[in-house]
Amino acid sequence: MKITFKLNGKTVQVEAPSDASLLWTLRERLELTGTKFGCGAALCGACTVHLDGIPTRACITPLSMVSRRSVTTIEGLSEDQSHPLQKAWVEAQVPQCGYCQSGQIMQAAALLENTKNPSREQIVAYMNGVICRCGTYTRIIKAIEMAAKER
Amino acid sequence: MKALSHTRQALSRRQFLTAAGGITFVITASSLVPRSLFGESPDQPVSGEDKSINAWVHISPDGKITIYNPAAEMGQGSMTALPVLVAEEMDADWSMVQIEYSPIEPSVYGAGGRRGGGRMMTVGSWAVSGYFDNLRHAGAQVRYVLLANAAEKWEVPVESLTTEPGVVVHEASGKRMTYGEIASFARIPDEIPEIPMEKMKSPDRFRLIGKVMPRYDIPAKTDGSAQFAMDVVLPDMVYGVIARAPVNGARPELLNEQDLRKMPGVVDVVLLEYGVGIVTESIETAFSAQNKIQINWTGSPKAEGHNSEADLETYPGLLDRREGRFNRIAENGDAEDGLNTAARTYTFDYRNDYVYHAQMEPLNAVVALSPDGQSADVWAGTQAPDGARSAAARALGLDRSRVNFHPCYLGGGFGRRSMSDYVEEAAILAKAVKKPLKLIWTREDDVQYGAFRPMSLQRMQAGVDQSGNLTAWKHQIVGTGGGLLASGAENPYYTIPNLRIEVLNVDHGVRTKHWRAVGHGPNKYAIEAFIDEIALGEGRDPYAFRRELMKNSPRALKVLDKVAKMSDWDARPREGRARGMAFAERSGSLAGGVCEISVDRESGQIRVHHFWVAIDGGTIVQPDNARAQTEGCIVMGLSSVLTERITFVDGKVQQSNFNDYEILRIADAPESIEVEFIPSTEDPAGLGEAGLPVVGGAVANAFRALTGKRLLHMPFTPDRVLEVLNG
Repeated sequence: MKITFKLNGKTVQVEAPSDASLLWTLRERLELTGTKFGCGAALCGACTVHLDGIPTRACITPLSMVSRRSVTTIEGLSEDQSHPLQKAWVEAQVPQCGYCQSGQIMQAAALLENTKNPSREQIVAYMNGVICRCGTYTRIIKAIEMAAKER
Repeated sequence: MKALSHTRQALSRRQFLTAAGGITFVITASSLVPRSLFGESPDQPVSGEDKSINAWVHISPDGKITIYNPAAEMGQGSMTALPVLVAEEMDADWSMVQIEYSPIEPSVYGAGGRRGGGRMMTVGSWAVSGYFDNLRHAGAQVRYVLLANAAEKWEVPVESLTTEPGVVVHEASGKRMTYGEIASFARIPDEIPEIPMEKMKSPDRFRLIGKVMPRYDIPAKTDGSAQFAMDVVLPDMVYGVIARAPVNGARPELLNEQDLRKMPGVVDVVLLEYGVGIVTESIETAFSAQNKIQINWTGSPKAEGHNSEADLETYPGLLDRREGRFNRIAENGDAEDGLNTAARTYTFDYRNDYVYHAQMEPLNAVVALSPDGQSADVWAGTQAPDGARSAAARALGLDRSRVNFHPCYLGGGFGRRSMSDYVEEAAILAKAVKKPLKLIWTREDDVQYGAFRPMSLQRMQAGVDQSGNLTAWKHQIVGTGGGLLASGAENPYYTIPNLRIEVLNVDHGVRTKHWRAVGHGPNKYAIEAFIDEIALGEGRDPYAFRRELMKNSPRALKVLDKVAKMSDWDARPREGRARGMAFAERSGSLAGGVCEISVDRESGQIRVHHFWVAIDGGTIVQPDNARAQTEGCIVMGLSSVLTERITFVDGKVQQSNFNDYEILRIADAPESIEVEFIPSTEDPAGLGEAGLPVVGGAVANAFRALTGKRLLHMPFTPDRVLEVLNG
């Protein structure tokens, strides 16, 4: 099938098998590998992207579902690591292995779009679907608070 | 700042050397006769078979300094910490440093002492401690060469020169020359002297070691550009998945090979000893084909009879009857006599279930055989690059020198990626189809064909004299996992006159493996929970009781006193909360931990509010990263202590993904984790695991203090907590 959608602000057209998922299309067909495969079942959040601004687990999203819609991945969050969350992530030295962090940042970005100054409780509730095995949670909270302040 | 190796367009190391010019320090370890790489073919010395080469630094005429990192970067930060050691002694300007993976050549880049040449494995929190002398010395030798060249150029005695970061300075004349300028004309002298310890920097002159500085790999981990093996995409690449034996050791008899081969997009079906591989054109096809594989599993593997819950309950009987071969790992005085003559004795059994690594990046590797089949490229995130390369070479039927290995970032390791099974599998499938291939384990594969931290039971027995002094100690460990069981059973920091520690290994035929801190997790839980038990039984404060046991261990006492102070141990926590303390050593580091918890008596959920950790890890090379590692240890430790549990029924793993193997989420992380390091100028110890072993004991002890009840089985799941509370 041929699917056209907006990816990080640009219109793309991709040829893919009918069972193609958004995750593997992003990663293998479009070579945007910042979005990660962690569980394949929307349990870990490593594959979080924005679909029309809504944080969405790409691993369970069929490619056909994004036709004519808008997808933003970690690569599209900023051109130059300048998103307040990316800056805060460096400032707070959040990542360890780093594998989950695209998902963490994309989930957090959606939070800050809707909630200018989230409380700690709001942050925790919103971020609970994204697992970090290295245990960077306390720094994630700190970085989101820092980014919210900067915005 | 971005390393070349961060991106897919990374130049190979050989290309880099050809392109870059400048000088690379190639120092033969045997005779310390250096050779300059400048102007020579870069092919020959650095990654070839020459066993006596030591090459850590390349300086370009533009001042850029490349330092070669020999360790895996799996989140523990040694990719930054190791080059810091070199840069410190050579007095490099850190902003000019870029970091590249070193070639995989253990004789050159292995750890161990001043000369190195040991194993090239990133395990056991050894990276910084294992390379400390070697890399500082290499840095000091580079600085010596730079000074000698400047001295010759200026015709002044080398003793009259000093360095500032990246610059050689002649104070008398005010002349200055950057390292890059020197690199443009430098000759490496025929002999580089060994730099004596007293000529190395004293800690008060450190500019980088012990300073808070950002990790090198972090920026690329905020924009998706950090490259994991999973991210390698090659032209015409195909995908491999494998259906592996649900019971370890079972043999597959494939029932529907022809049907599978007829599926659109299926490239090949490959029979393995323990599974069936499918190679496909797309990943989606690979996953759906994997689900359609029909296999009759044959053989009567040992694991088939393994029912973990029932088998764990046979362990006490094995101890009662003293059945099997006990391996004595420590003996001091006469523990039996000590127990027999004690005024009072204590006995408790502590249990723990299997746990799974759950590194966030499922296992995977990419292998591309050259068109003539005579060489191959391999991409993998591995803690054991040398072993992984050899495994791939064996599977491909190539000499390992024909395998070009590309280390990638690891999306978590925790011990699982010190095995090379997934790299070997990728090589087998790639060889079969003669196409570039990416092998992916699904999360379900990763869980169900995991290699787990062993299930075990610890029988603790102790005797005290009339005054309540601990006089006898017997610790027996039963479990499956051989040598993994004993780690952390000893505690040389407690003085106990009569002591025996022994291990009984029971082989259930399942796969076990090092898991962050190895046996220290279960063993320290049992030891520290038991210490509290004795203290409370003798009417003593657990802190005071531990202090007494540590009377001959000033270093341990300092750590314990520090964490007591940090947590304000003597203060009463607020209503509904209690605190617990534990102490543990791991990889040479000493850790004291205190946590504050509450319990929801309706749900049985333990909530850990605060954690305080004091660590003596010797010289702390990267303080903020050391703190991050400790925070991670507490969170991962809590996850294993509160929720994680693999069970077997008839040899089959019962869990499959994060829905039934839950790991700690952000809502359950402590509100605060406070970490302090004891100031020290001793050599560094390991910090990647040091915080983890205190968690089980601290939580169990806090629970005991809060409820008066005992948690004797990890993990402390809500159902177990309720059972204890209502029991």
